[in-house]
Amino acid sequence: MERPFAITLEVGTSRHNKTGSWRVERPVYVDRLPPCNDACPAGENIQGWLYHAESGDYEAAWRKLMEDNPLPAVMGRVCYHPCQTACNRGSLDEEVGINSVEHFLGDLALDKGWMPEPAAADTGKKALVIGAGPSGLSAAYHLRRLGHTVTIYEAGANPGGMMRYGIPKYRLPREVLDAEIRRIEGMGVEIVLNHKVDDLATVLAEKHFDAVFLAIGAEIGKRAYVPAGESARILDAVSFLHSMEGQAPPLLGRRVAIYGGGNTAMDAARTAKRLGATDAVVVYRRTRDRMPAHDVEVEEAVEEGVEMRWLSTVKHADAGKLLLEKMTLDEKGMPVATGEFEELEADSLILALGQEVDLELLQNVDGVVVADGVVQVDRNMMTGVPGLFAGGDMVPGERTVTVGVGHGKLAAKNIDAWLRGTTYSRPERHEIAPFDMLNTWYYSDAPQTVRAKLDVARRRSTFDEVVQGLDESNALFEARRCLSCGNCFECDNCYGVCPDNSVIKLGPGLRYEFDYDYCKGCGICAQECPCGAIKMVPETI
Amino acid sequence: MPFQPIKFYQTGSFVVGNRLLSEDQRSVQSSEDRTNSLTLGHRACQGCGEALGARYALDAAMRASGNQMVVANATGCLEVFTTPFPETSWQIPWIHSLFGNSAAVGTGIAAALRAKGKQDIRVVAQAGDGGTVDIGFGPLSGMFERNDDVLFICYDNEAYMNTGVQRSGATPPAARTATTDAVGPHPGEDFGKGKNLPLIAMAHEIPYVATATVAELRDLEYKVEKAMSFHGARYIHVLVPCPLGWGSAPSDTIRLSRLAKESGLFPVFEAEGGDVTSVSKIRHQVPVEEYLRPQRRYQHLFRPQADTETIGRIQAIADKNISRFGLTQSDPE
Ligand SMILES: Cc1cc2nc3c(=O)[nH]c(=O)nc-3n(C[C@H](O)[C@H](O)[C@H](O)COP(=O)(O)OP(=O)(O)OC[C@H]3O[C@@H](n4cnc5c(N)ncnc54)[C@H](O)[C@@H]3O)c2cc1C
Ligand SMILES: Cc1ncc(C[n+]2csc(CCOP(=O)(O)OP(=O)(O)O)c2C)c(N)n1
Ligand code: SF4
Ligand SMILES: [Mg+2]
Repeated sequence: MERPFAITLEVGTSRHNKTGSWRVERPVYVDRLPPCNDACPAGENIQGWLYHAESGDYEAAWRKLMEDNPLPAVMGRVCYHPCQTACNRGSLDEEVGINSVEHFLGDLALDKGWMPEPAAADTGKKALVIGAGPSGLSAAYHLRRLGHTVTIYEAGANPGGMMRYGIPKYRLPREVLDAEIRRIEGMGVEIVLNHKVDDLATVLAEKHFDAVFLAIGAEIGKRAYVPAGESARILDAVSFLHSMEGQAPPLLGRRVAIYGGGNTAMDAARTAKRLGATDAVVVYRRTRDRMPAHDVEVEEAVEEGVEMRWLSTVKHADAGKLLLEKMTLDEKGMPVATGEFEELEADSLILALGQEVDLELLQNVDGVVVADGVVQVDRNMMTGVPGLFAGGDMVPGERTVTVGVGHGKLAAKNIDAWLRGTTYSRPERHEIAPFDMLNTWYYSDAPQTVRAKLDVARRRSTFDEVVQGLDESNALFEARRCLSCGNCFECDNCYGVCPDNSVIKLGPGLRYEFDYDYCKGCGICAQECPCGAIKMVPETI
Repeated sequence: MPFQPIKFYQTGSFVVGNRLLSEDQRSVQSSEDRTNSLTLGHRACQGCGEALGARYALDAAMRASGNQMVVANATGCLEVFTTPFPETSWQIPWIHSLFGNSAAVGTGIAAALRAKGKQDIRVVAQAGDGGTVDIGFGPLSGMFERNDDVLFICYDNEAYMNTGVQRSGATPPAARTATTDAVGPHPGEDFGKGKNLPLIAMAHEIPYVATATVAELRDLEYKVEKAMSFHGARYIHVLVPCPLGWGSAPSDTIRLSRLAKESGLFPVFEAEGGDVTSVSKIRHQVPVEEYLRPQRRYQHLFRPQADTETIGRIQAIADKNISRFGLTQSDPE
């Protein structure tokens, strides 16, 4: 070839120079477990559904959510959202309002009439679920999705368990609950109401079902012995709240005392207020910081005029008044009596001291282990009886709707495996994505959107829903506050910041690849990845 | 359901791309079709800010000129690491002549194109800080004075890196270089020396002057595009950390650019006809120490013990920039 003067070599591209050989460390893409997902008792892929919500694809978001939880609208109202407590954004400004976005998606789905994915092909296997509380409903939903025939035996006149007979309307409107349960029935789950199982042994012996999931909750209110005069009026919170569903509300009088410091106590007190009590006083042995009730519930109760009497126990109940003993806390935080007494005017006393499981139905079943009043299960949610699984409030663990839903899902996966003659192995958990792995510079500043609340006057007198939902614009905003901790969200940062053009962009949804022929291993991509989805690992020689 | 369009996109324009933005709102660098003016296989050090800055700026200029562009490059790392004969990393029309003359070469090309009636072809001249503020300063000032139709881009890594980190007129006070040793009562570069080329360029009252860093890609792209919308002499000064010369971790290149701006040491602004028209505000202000400490060229300020007096003098420079340019959020634009 003719070359210009003094040019001896043909000019070529620097691509001949494979600079990858310089590298001592290589970047690799990783997926880490976001702390919200890690904390969710229902095992939701929260970050996964927020991702769709961020682009305004609410249906995709809802469907992703429904892979794990059949009750988003309920959940968006009653879940105590441990995900938000764990959320990394809390260390930046305020945690992402995950629960409020779930609330929004749940309501939107009901509004639009979105239906769950159709169930898988029929397996010919039959599963029985006992109890149509959240745990039973969740198990039924997941089993049905997997193609099994599912029947629920429910003792009550309506399904829902404590979601209906415990949690008051002002926190969970019944239309919402009904609609989400109807959707599960619509998939072909049969709920047999007014069907209490008294003797499980008989049911098992009949062998109509290939597997059984037991989720009867913990529905007996604990009765502490309170010495009382004859005309003292004492009720338990569970029965009291239960009676709000259709029965004539009990006569409480104007001044009501509630004994206990849990969420049930708060609900009983707030319900008493709504029924017209002028005074609703919660009596609790310890101090506010030791109360098992969640902060929001205590706050909302106080806003509505519920009074708190800390460090007090009920010594004696009489018509119209209670004798309280003052307590102090010892160095271990245990309440001890002081011998000091005071009177509290109260027309009735509601006991909210926790619930117990009614284990009657197990009397003739051999092999079920009961300890501390709850049924013991292995990590596959199976009891000592092969093929008999249990979950929700009746097994050890926290007693919440979300935990119940999670148990139901986990049990369903195990029952499914059991029915197919295999065993279910949990997918491996990724390493967690901690806050310090994020490069928060890249996220726009944005405080949390607060859900509006009904004004206090109406809250005191009606059972209207207290916490209002977000609308589309602020739900979108809230979803977009997600930092996508630990998982690539295709922000193109690595693709842009590489001084050696060694990141290959694969296109929407496909993420990126490193070109190790040229990557020099400078580590800028890992350092500048907003969400900590790139890790530097030493090269082996 | 009422829908109010919101202007919140999770990461906004801080990241390179953003799936939540429409295609036309995305950066040049996020595109699979970017020019890659500077391609694979170049021999810049790991984490070189100059390689990054040049690709950012030139890809944006290519887009703005509709791919009709010629670049003249001065001697320096950017030339040496891209064109070890017979290889080249440039995927654009590119010429190198000498260390001190890239502004003159750019001017010549512009004159030639004008003579040939090809004014749709745009000219960019570029150099390191040495080739800009020192040896190339005469030709550059002439180019400004004549208002030649050239965009001049200076990649400022604050010393002569290519020849082994000698001091330039852009080396900051107290920085150690091969020719400003960290010895004596005032180790490193002296205070009160050097030149501020963006301000000198503004004094020429040319159509457009801007500063930028590799930490704010969108801002840099915007400025290049804006510069390309003017004719006449334009000047962009980009801060590009050099891991080798600064003694910093290669992975820290962008972080250091960000800290330079967030501390106030490197004011990011633009000016038209000699007047500042906008400044990029500090988002999370940091003391200068945070910027200085990760760089070995400032090591003597922290070891064996902290030289608080000198650090204080550097902080005073940042503070002066902050008030002079109104860099904090509360300052009116
Ligand atoms: C007042 C109150 C407020 C609460 N608020 C919240 C809250 O805001 N958020 C939260 O997460 N959790 C809350 N909880 C806790 C939550 O309601 C429970 O943890 C959850 O409902 C337990 O679900 P489960 O399915 O295990 O049992 P349950 O909800 O108790 O359901 C059990 C079902 O089994 C049926 N059943 C029982 N025995 C039989 C039988 N022998 N045969 C057939 N059916 C039977 C029952 O009728 C019932 O429908 C609250 C609880 C109470 C009491
Ligand atoms: C006239 C002349 N003097 C000296 C040199 C040697 N030389 C080549 S590059 C360079 C320094 C370049 O510094 P700068 O412009 O800041 O670019 P950098 O390498 O830092 O990017 C020097 C001194 C030369 N090539 N020509
Ligand atoms: S010496 Fe500095 S400017 Fe030159 S190639 Fe290395 S990092 Fe880049
Ligand atoms: Mg230089």
